Amino acid sequence: MSAPSDNMPIPAPAVRSKPLVIRHLPYFIGAAILVALAANMRFDGYVHNILLQATTFSIAVFGLSVVLGLCGQINLAQAAFFGLGAYAVGIGTTDLHVSFWLCLVGGCLISLLAGAFLGMSTLRLGGHYLAMVTISFQQIVTLVMINAIWLTHGPDGVSNIKRPDLFQTSQSYLAFCVAMLAIVGYLVWHLSDTKLGRAMRAVRDNELAAGVNGIDVFRTKIYAFALCALLGGLAGGLFAGGFAYVSPDQFSFAESIVFLTMSLLGGVASPIGSAIGTGLLILIPEWLRFLKSVPGLYLAIYGLFVILIIRFMPDGIWGFVADAFTRWRAKLAAPPVAGALQLKPAMTGGDTVLEVTGLSKYFGGLKAVDGVDIAVKRGGVHALIGPNGSGKTTTLNVLSGLYQATSGRIVLDGTDITDMPPHQRTASGLGRTFQNIRLFRSMTALENVEIGAERPGNTMVGKGDDALTERAMEALTFVGLGSRANELISSFSYGHQRLIEIARALASNPTLLLLDEPAAGLNSTEKLELHELLKRIAAQGLTILIIDHDMTLVSEAAQHITVLNFGRRIADGESMAVLRHPDVVSAYLGSE
Amino acid sequence: MDLALQLLFTGIGIGAVYALVALGFVLIFRATNVVNFAQGEFSMVAAYLMVVAVEAGLPYWAAFIVALLGMALLGVVFNLGVYYPLRHRTYLPVIIATIGASILLANSVLAIYGPQPQVLEGWFETPGIQVGPVYLDSQYLLIICVTICLVIFNFWFFEKTLLGKKLQATSQDKEMASLLGISVSTMIMITFIYSAVLGGLAGILVAPVLFVSIQMGSTIALKAFAATIIGGFGDVAGAIIGGLALGVIETFGAAYISVPYKDGFAFLVLVAFLIFRPQGIFGERVAEKA
Repeated sequence: MSAPSDNMPIPAPAVRSKPLVIRHLPYFIGAAILVALAANMRFDGYVHNILLQATTFSIAVFGLSVVLGLCGQINLAQAAFFGLGAYAVGIGTTDLHVSFWLCLVGGCLISLLAGAFLGMSTLRLGGHYLAMVTISFQQIVTLVMINAIWLTHGPDGVSNIKRPDLFQTSQSYLAFCVAMLAIVGYLVWHLSDTKLGRAMRAVRDNELAAGVNGIDVFRTKIYAFALCALLGGLAGGLFAGGFAYVSPDQFSFAESIVFLTMSLLGGVASPIGSAIGTGLLILIPEWLRFLKSVPGLYLAIYGLFVILIIRFMPDGIWGFVADAFTRWRAKLAAPPVAGALQLKPAMTGGDTVLEVTGLSKYFGGLKAVDGVDIAVKRGGVHALIGPNGSGKTTTLNVLSGLYQATSGRIVLDGTDITDMPPHQRTASGLGRTFQNIRLFRSMTALENVEIGAERPGNTMVGKGDDALTERAMEALTFVGLGSRANELISSFSYGHQRLIEIARALASNPTLLLLDEPAAGLNSTEKLELHELLKRIAAQGLTILIIDHDMTLVSEAAQHITVLNFGRRIADGESMAVLRHPDVVSAYLGSE
Repeated sequence: MDLALQLLFTGIGIGAVYALVALGFVLIFRATNVVNFAQGEFSMVAAYLMVVAVEAGLPYWAAFIVALLGMALLGVVFNLGVYYPLRHRTYLPVIIATIGASILLANSVLAIYGPQPQVLEGWFETPGIQVGPVYLDSQYLLIICVTICLVIFNFWFFEKTLLGKKLQATSQDKEMASLLGISVSTMIMITFIYSAVLGGLAGILVAPVLFVSIQMGSTIALKAFAATIIGGFGDVAGAIIGGLALGVIETFGAAYISVPYKDGFAFLVLVAFLIFRPQGIFGERVAEKA
């Protein structure tokens, strides 16, 4: 744990960062130059086609960088979504004589809806379900494209697809696609720094921790998946307009694998990586054209590539470069100085912050928690103790919503939270830490705490990203780690990681803080510092419910103790009295 | 009615193949917590090995043994090349690697043999027997018999032998198993070999019924995976019941609704289960503990 001098409130010179538009100006200038080049340079037909393919494919691969890179969910049907967009433009502009723009929007909508539907049916379940369901979906789409001849012209495909009047020449159409690529690329790049993007990264790193920090995990995943599908549809629509011909084999499962390989090779987490991967995998097969003379050979090499990249370069080419850059920058950039952390727990209910009545949790026939009552008074520290297997952690998991209660009622500050999912309980003012630390491993300490600060209903954070950063810095400074805010989680010791988890919960300004064995794994100095920290938290009027084995910590920090044994409450009351209670003594030391 | 009985027989026959492949899925999933997306390719590769061995002039039974030995070897190579280096990573990289392996296997075979589907003769000379209104195809009968025998063997192996118990211990708690002196990496190796052989067996059995083609692997794998979800993920009995149910549903769907969309029915049943009963018929094990 770090020096306490870090905690001294320092008057914060509020550094206002420049508006986003100005900071990102170089990007837009670069994009404008690229569009101008695409509009004016003379290419021969072959180069033009490669550029057009690279541009449209990149947009589809951006979709994967959202769903796989940011959110950690797999999509093996990107070619199907790409195909939906392409066929919408193809059939719409030829057979149905609808304007290109309407078809493009329609294709995006169809992809979006298909993606949202697939996501809603599958994303509550484990990742392997999603993989299989997307493969199945891909097969279905291919089957329909081949067999529904009345609609799709079957294996012959759709030809003579129209372009918009505005971009009739192939040159201007390419410039238009490059402009779309630049816009989408900007949005995807910027997404990871928005609230939604942070939520996606949190879900990718640790779903449980994301849930108890106020993030609706299921909805976040659906957004990511639907967004990916939408980008696939958009890319497909642009592709169809550019090449004027589509057929089922362009949107097969093999093509989905090509998209996946592009994304993995370049670096799944960033649009720049996606673009690099796409460009490489379009150019390499062109150079190695002779491979295509043997059917299957070049896809076999793709398969081998996938295995090798996953094993030796998990973050792709760009990830490799960017990682070095981030570490270098974290050393240079001094984190902003922060003011003192203010905790203002909500006070809507009465004297009792948490009222638990008749709480039970059964696993089959096992009564892990059996009719437990707990009343946590406002302010101060309440401890929940008991021997191993007494049901403490189960109780905490039921309280924070990771388990559904079998029966009983949980009222937090006047609100009944018994049936709420974890993120809604957090929104109602519950904060918690985990016994086995659950931080978002790929993020910096500051970003972790920002996610806590971002909980819905946090009244202590103003509008905008600057206010969020300020709040997170205050919380980190409060636990003594302000000066290391920009370092990645992996560079902190175990004890410090525990402090970051507490800071993450504090930043959300909870009404009640649940600490799950905070002293576990700490050495004696760290335990003393933890005790000091608990005192400083309690001094601000925040109520703490703590579970721990460390009797010294519990007896010194807690004013009130509830004791569980075999899932039942065996004692409850003022600390010293409870610890002398004969039932408690016999539960811990055994009886005659 | 006669047609329905006939379809039921065919459905159970094809469902038995799905059940065998599904069993391979479940065994690997239980041992490693990963879904092996190349499970279907095991069937495809085995069918091709069989075709090659028969064409090379080996008698049918010898070709069969050669093909299964080849599958055992593939199981070893697969474990060492794909799963083992990634065993400490999260499930996503492993899934992606097995997908890569599936693409590699399917297309390597394509590059070697070309896209022309191959034909494998059935095991028996007699094509089948007529029992009342139902014609019992000998190959389907064989598939059903082998599946029943394997289910019994599985039960005996996992419940009654020491090796089976060690495998179970490994799949339930790797750390504890290794503390008790069980070599976890050996157990996982055995699981991969066994799954590859099971998948191969399914491929060889079904090959005379279908054509031997590059696509047969992914088609069978999708159905088998759907079967495991319908039965309840990670459950051995569930995989078998799910496989049989899917085979029957699909056969009836093709006969009464639409032939070109035959492969789509598995997906529809899968989505219906995911929405209304995601834990499957027998229920999946509980979620991650906090």
